[in-house]
Amino acid sequence: MSDSSSSLIPHITEPHPVTQMTNGRLAMWLFLASETMLFGALFSSYFLIRAGAAQWPPEGGRAGDYLSIPSASLNTLLLLASSAAIALAVRAARSGSLSRYRMLMGLNVLLALAFLGIKGSEYAQKLHHGHLPSTNNFYGIYFALTGFHALHVIGGAAVNGYLATLGGALWNRDREQLICRAGNASLYWQFVDLIWLLLFASLYLF
Amino acid sequence: MSAANPPDSFLRRYVFSLDHKTIGLQYTITSLFFLLGGFCLMALMRWQLAYPGQPLPYLGKLFGENAMPGGVMQPEFYNQLGAMHGTIMVFLGVVPLAVGGFGNYLIPLQVGARDMAFPKLNMLSYWIYLCGGILMLAGFAMPGGAAQSGWTSYPPLADLATSGQTIWLLAMVFVITSSLFGSINFIVTIVQLRAKGMEFFRLPFFIHAQLVTAFLLLLAFPPLEAASVLQLMDRLAGTSFFLPTGLVVSGEKLAVAGGGSPLLWQHLFWFLAHPEVYVLILPAMGIITEVIATNTRKPVWNYRLLVYSVLFLGFMSFTVWAHHMFMTGMGTGMSTFFQITTMIISIPSIVVLTCIVMSLWGASIRFTVPMLFALAFLPMFGIGGLTGLPLGLSASDIYLHDSYYVVGHFHYVVAPGTLFALFAGIYHWYPKATGRQMNATLGKIHFWGSIIAINGVFMPMFIQGIAGLSRRLYDPTIYAHGRVIQPLNVFISISAWTLGLFQLPFIYNFFASLKRGEKALENPWASTTLEWAAPSPPPHGNFESAPVVYRSPYEYSVPGAATDFSPQWRAEA
Amino acid sequence: MDESAYGYWLPPDASAHGPQIDHLLGFLHIFMALIFFGWAAFFVYCLIRFRARANHAATYAPVRAAFIKYAEGTIIAVELLLLFGVSMPIWLRYKQARPDEAQALHLRVVAEQYAWNIHYPGRDKKFGKASVEAMNGDNPLGLDPDDAAGKDDIVTINQLHIPVNTPVIIDISSKDVIHGFNIPALRVKQDAIPGQLSTLWFTATQTGHFELACAQLCGLGHYRMRGDVYIDSPADYAKWEQENAPAVPAPEQK
Repeated sequence: MSDSSSSLIPHITEPHPVTQMTNGRLAMWLFLASETMLFGALFSSYFLIRAGAAQWPPEGGRAGDYLSIPSASLNTLLLLASSAAIALAVRAARSGSLSRYRMLMGLNVLLALAFLGIKGSEYAQKLHHGHLPSTNNFYGIYFALTGFHALHVIGGAAVNGYLATLGGALWNRDREQLICRAGNASLYWQFVDLIWLLLFASLYLF
Repeated sequence: MSAANPPDSFLRRYVFSLDHKTIGLQYTITSLFFLLGGFCLMALMRWQLAYPGQPLPYLGKLFGENAMPGGVMQPEFYNQLGAMHGTIMVFLGVVPLAVGGFGNYLIPLQVGARDMAFPKLNMLSYWIYLCGGILMLAGFAMPGGAAQSGWTSYPPLADLATSGQTIWLLAMVFVITSSLFGSINFIVTIVQLRAKGMEFFRLPFFIHAQLVTAFLLLLAFPPLEAASVLQLMDRLAGTSFFLPTGLVVSGEKLAVAGGGSPLLWQHLFWFLAHPEVYVLILPAMGIITEVIATNTRKPVWNYRLLVYSVLFLGFMSFTVWAHHMFMTGMGTGMSTFFQITTMIISIPSIVVLTCIVMSLWGASIRFTVPMLFALAFLPMFGIGGLTGLPLGLSASDIYLHDSYYVVGHFHYVVAPGTLFALFAGIYHWYPKATGRQMNATLGKIHFWGSIIAINGVFMPMFIQGIAGLSRRLYDPTIYAHGRVIQPLNVFISISAWTLGLFQLPFIYNFFASLKRGEKALENPWASTTLEWAAPSPPPHGNFESAPVVYRSPYEYSVPGAATDFSPQWRAEA
Repeated sequence: MDESAYGYWLPPDASAHGPQIDHLLGFLHIFMALIFFGWAAFFVYCLIRFRARANHAATYAPVRAAFIKYAEGTIIAVELLLLFGVSMPIWLRYKQARPDEAQALHLRVVAEQYAWNIHYPGRDKKFGKASVEAMNGDNPLGLDPDDAAGKDDIVTINQLHIPVNTPVIIDISSKDVIHGFNIPALRVKQDAIPGQLSTLWFTATQTGHFELACAQLCGLGHYRMRGDVYIDSPADYAKWEQENAPAVPAPEQK
């Protein structure tokens, strides 16, 4: 049964006259602000530990000697493509095409899964070679930061998958609300992609 | 738009409710139990402090041979009680009551909304909090006991501690997540769901305080969440984020890679924990402003200045955190910066207190029970705030850091400070939430007993601090400078147990008044803010028709008005 | 230990910089008391004068009080004065006025759960080499027995001897967790953080027997990390050094 509370609440799909945002959009921006603080803390921890180390990586050489830049580059392309896919999915929904919306959302999820697959194989390779988070702080930071990011990818992909399939049923009941939700999911996804770009640059390349 | 129908089943109406009022009450009851629990932990500690090494008669046996063999408290157990007392009071008691309880219940009512922006998220917040709280308590059941490295959990000590610390970290992740969802809900509700005519500067000060609080929680908690996960990795995955190279523990070289920094934890922790103390105080300032305005029958003095001050206070609270770290060997540049920001942040606090006190001039003061607590808040918070001054200046902090002076300082702000404000709020809004009044005589006994006893607990701590006594000492009589002032510990402990006794009238009053309290109408205090327009208790959906706001929140004794208060929702003056 | 030296106020003030801190504390508390009692008097006055009673209504108009601005301004001015005029100079002197190495007694203190290891460099003013590998129950600092510089080093546990009126420099660290090196009578305090070397300095100005306490929770034994601090006359200090120095073989017996 629909909860009677939601009929009491304005601005679910109608933007507020002053903020020009729906409740969900404002909520997503606030959530992203807190996520910025979360990843900000993680990046700061990385920089502080790195600054205190005699050399970085601790065993000498460059990050690329220990981490696979080719894999990460491919992952970057996959994520960028997935961001484009979800943005286009929202566009498709706005222009009224349910099938294109579903296909593009599905593509986003597939690309996300591919990203996770490559990440997973990177992790497996490291563990296989005895390079654990406990080996040294370089690996510790690597696993911690990419791990946090991967959790965010999993969460986002799960929501996107829901919006592409079961959640898509909202198309008939309340299309505006589905478009809002997809738009918010897309905003979240762009952020996740942005974090990856920063991770790629600072962990693999810098 | 009429009030909506509430759900039918008992479970959906009272347990898994989406109604902000039910959720607010759930937070209130749960947090009051945690406050009581945290109090009991302290009451137990006070036995050891008053009579070190003495067996606790009768009750001592209850704690088992590990914690209290023969009824004598062990140092590890004392440290567990200390760490858990702090954690429970701050994260499971005061904040859930001030923010989850009062915030949830009152925000939609005071802004004129039907409910929070996201009712399902609201319900989820409560249940995550409850799970986190239960998990936190489960720490006591772990081998080696609960977390025992202070509520501050400094590594390497916390990294190396027994499994109770892992439980603490996991429970904190729950609590932080709950808080995050709640703060998003509060901000969106306040910004987006205000009734017609409810402009920003017509919001009750309570709402401004809650809004700033929500931003503090939103932005300050994530670094602690990150830090908690990093500490979990240190403990469970063998990483060395907080462990430097070359540690030797109990004669054994620690088999970790090293290269980490214990100070990294301190920065991340205090980056949250300093704004956290403003989270503890801002809702309290909001509550007492409402109570004082109602009971002075005149507008709050310089309302705009109050609002600007809390906004500034919220912003500044992010810039002072390292004043907790003056003794860590920081350079003079950094310590200068943090001393300056600490001095600056004292200004908006003083301004807020001044505005509220100036509101008494020209008033007609009604000494109701909520007003007694609200008035007492002012000097108590004043003492707490003033004693922050020697701590915030690094030269005097050399002597006072980690002494009982600090313990006295922060307890004054939170205990006779915030807690009294919360009591004021409970007595003030009880009629709205239940349709009954609490008994005033019992309330006065509660008040007078508490205010005297609580000063007896915390004032001597300043003397202990000046005498040089360190905090977190299982047995202060090991030191000559502790032995000589030991009678103070006995006095403090007896005051603390007396304080506990005086909460009994309150507990009885709280529950008994549900059935036996005098029936209350919509607006028993003749107050102006929107929540008093709704029935007592408000139905699902709050208002019979959507309220419209015509004026500022504190229009009392308006010349020419029909009554000595002009409610926000009444069209005519 | 003369317990009568301690009481319900500050302990004896036995260091050169101590009086400055005590004066700051005194001044601060007078300032705080003035603010509190002044404000409280006003508060109580309002509660009495403006209590609700018959024929007494509240006034809607806000009180115009220029006095408030002056009071606030004065408080802020005094705070700035305290910060820049008093606290910062004390702090900077405390942190930056490192005594001349040649004139000073330079010690190391290494904290551990639950004791203070105090390492004196001896007559040669050089600390013997130490390593983690060599640490054991009898050798808590892991001193290398073959190192020449270490032959005259003195290591004590929880016993700190210091000559009066001599600048002392102490390098502080920890083996395991964070401890807090704290001598209330000397008004010194410094966190002992593992992996970090922190240095503090002071000059003791009074002889006597005082206490060293731990000022950072370090585990179940935190409460018993007590040390004895002896500020000795130069003669007594020389005697102590003589009695505790390890026997150094005469040159021809090498």
